[in-house]
Amino acid sequence: MADGILLEKVELKLGTKEFRFDCAIPAGTVTAMTGPSGSGKTTLLNLIAGFETADSGSIRIAGDDVSRKHPSERPISLVFQDNNLFAHLDLFTNIGLGISPSLKLSPEDRKSISQALERVGLGGFEKRMPGTLSGGERQRSAFARALVRKKPVLLMDEPFAALDPGLRLSMANLLLELHKETGNTVLIVTHDPDEVSRLADHALFIDHGRILLQAQAGEFLARRDIPALTEFLSG
Amino acid sequence: MLTGAERRRGIGYGVGSLVGITLFVGIAVAALFSWDAGTASGRLFTAYTWRILQFTLWQAALSTLLSVTLALPVAMALARRPGFPGRIWIIRLMALPMGLPVLIGALGLIGIWGRQGIINSLMLKIGVEQPVSIYGLSGILLAHVFFNLPLAARLLLAALERQPAEYWLLSSSLGMKPLSVFRFIEWPAARRVMPGIAGLIFMLCATSFTLVLVLGGGPAATTLEVAIYQSLRFDFDPPRAIALAFLQIGITAAILIGISLFPNADDAGAIAGRVTRRFDGRTIGTGIWDTLAILLATLFLILPLSSIVFAGMCANLWSLLTSPAFLRAAWTSFTIAITAGLLTILISLAIISAREAIADMKRPGRTARGFSALLGGMSSLVLLVPPVVLGTGWFLMVRPFGDVARFAPLLVAIINMLMALPFVMRVLSPAVETHRRRTARLSASLGISGISKLWRIDLPILARPLLTALSFAMALSLGDLGAVALFGSSDLTTLPWLVYSRLSSYRTNDADGLALILGVICLMLTMLGTAGQREAKHG
Repeated sequence: MADGILLEKVELKLGTKEFRFDCAIPAGTVTAMTGPSGSGKTTLLNLIAGFETADSGSIRIAGDDVSRKHPSERPISLVFQDNNLFAHLDLFTNIGLGISPSLKLSPEDRKSISQALERVGLGGFEKRMPGTLSGGERQRSAFARALVRKKPVLLMDEPFAALDPGLRLSMANLLLELHKETGNTVLIVTHDPDEVSRLADHALFIDHGRILLQAQAGEFLARRDIPALTEFLSG
Repeated sequence: MLTGAERRRGIGYGVGSLVGITLFVGIAVAALFSWDAGTASGRLFTAYTWRILQFTLWQAALSTLLSVTLALPVAMALARRPGFPGRIWIIRLMALPMGLPVLIGALGLIGIWGRQGIINSLMLKIGVEQPVSIYGLSGILLAHVFFNLPLAARLLLAALERQPAEYWLLSSSLGMKPLSVFRFIEWPAARRVMPGIAGLIFMLCATSFTLVLVLGGGPAATTLEVAIYQSLRFDFDPPRAIALAFLQIGITAAILIGISLFPNADDAGAIAGRVTRRFDGRTIGTGIWDTLAILLATLFLILPLSSIVFAGMCANLWSLLTSPAFLRAAWTSFTIAITAGLLTILISLAIISAREAIADMKRPGRTARGFSALLGGMSSLVLLVPPVVLGTGWFLMVRPFGDVARFAPLLVAIINMLMALPFVMRVLSPAVETHRRRTARLSASLGISGISKLWRIDLPILARPLLTALSFAMALSLGDLGAVALFGSSDLTTLPWLVYSRLSSYRTNDADGLALILGVICLMLTMLGTAGQREAKHG
């Protein structure tokens, strides 16, 4: 438990909205985060990633207090819904920047970039520009960058929302495979109950800036005593 | 999302540029104040200043009224005829006067509407005794309409084209006649943007300098700006200039406040060519009316422009290009333009990064928010103190320190920078904002910062808007006569000043040739800047 993500009495006020998060996300698992629009899912993700700093409370990753750290100093890889790649740089550079922000790459680094591309099914795509790729291929490239970064935590903000259903399934499988290989801690924001059952070991339900439920995925999907959750699960 | 150092640096840049600009404008105004303020205040409302104030407002009001009323039928005709032959070129032609140095436009107008121009020759032939005068009020109005009618027409057209396509389908299925379409669709759309357009044009005409200098002059047709210039340059009567300068600041402040009450006139991308289909106005009557409106407007614009080309070709261009006077003026103009252009970019980026740093704070305090608002408003507050007033202040300031001509190039460059700042900010600020929205989180999470961020992430994307901004600021500086007018001398001659002095010494042939050269340079700069944009859209 000590090397997971631990939020203790994390409080934040943004405009008129107040957030208060308390939770422990176990290491090496996939945790899904759900809730209605505007409930605070992205805010929680931003707090962990460092795009927001909490007014009070502490955030620990693998036992290390990161509450005041800059996003780049946190042991985290990110996959957003969109704009994961710099559109004017080719895939090799985009992924290389994940290893070294000034693109100082050793020969091993270069090899690992090609290997990562191959691993996500984009072998030989080094010189391709993001604009020439499909939505699914762009998200795969983001996975490849997460691979080369070798960070223990992977945060994803609705990474498959812009893809069509068939593609979502294969991307989910790829994500699970990579997760098994690396044993990282994955936190994924999703709107889709199917994705929860497909991917997650655990799930969080957030409403009005509070975590209403944290449970094993099976239990989570069977709960019917929280009206907001029931509404969410019934689509 | 920014690191602490990045944030502190951004705010530092902002404070620096704010202090710099405030000092520059403040010293000019303070110099005006401290110069014999007692006598100046007594001169504030004399019969002379009163007459000039009246004329300034009167000609601006008439110019605005004429430009907007005449632009409306043109815009409506262009909107109603998406398939009009050469329509896109007519719309592009309408953008031309804005990029043209005002002095050159004035020369073209003199070529067409002057005593020897084709209009008056035609009128004599058909027996009209009294020729149209290009000088005095009628000339000033003509020139203001020449520059502002296309501006108004473009903005109105954009407003009309912003209407949902369903409106036109609906109106024709309901069987609306042109008058009903005008009443229920076109007029409401135009009316919303008209106050903003009129305010903008009124501002441009009330502060118009070059046109009034060339076509007006004389006590009967002089605006405040020109009167300030004349009191310093010809009569050397600083108290009068100061009194006039204060009137000028008061007027621009009043207009700026007036404009801020209305929605912004903006043609952001609307002309970019969304295809609208119009089913109304298929009768012969409306067809003739629209064709006439478009053709007359096109002729009105194209005649003076071609006059510049033809008159210019008649000059001995080669010997002009190789003459030492031209080369020296060109060198001076380019150094001033480059300095002004780079300064504008630096200051704009400083302001933008400071505002970005403040926006990045979670809960910026009142001071920070006020500072950000101040920075945002500063670029337009610069309009408050017109170039001639700034020039006047600094003229009085540096005179005790020896030869004014020595400081003049730098002063002119800084004044040009202030003139270009609002426009450059409008180009750069949204570009930086979009870029930041796309990449800020990614860059922060990967820890890309400093030189690496500048080189790999920011420059490749922002190079084009920066180039556009630079070429725009340079074209503006190259064509400007207002800032240089006070300082112009044999020691400081820019290209527009050279054209103007050739014109005043009745060497019209030389003036025409030089005008053509300057016009081509400015046009090429503008095209260079916007060509990048078009490519970016494809890429």
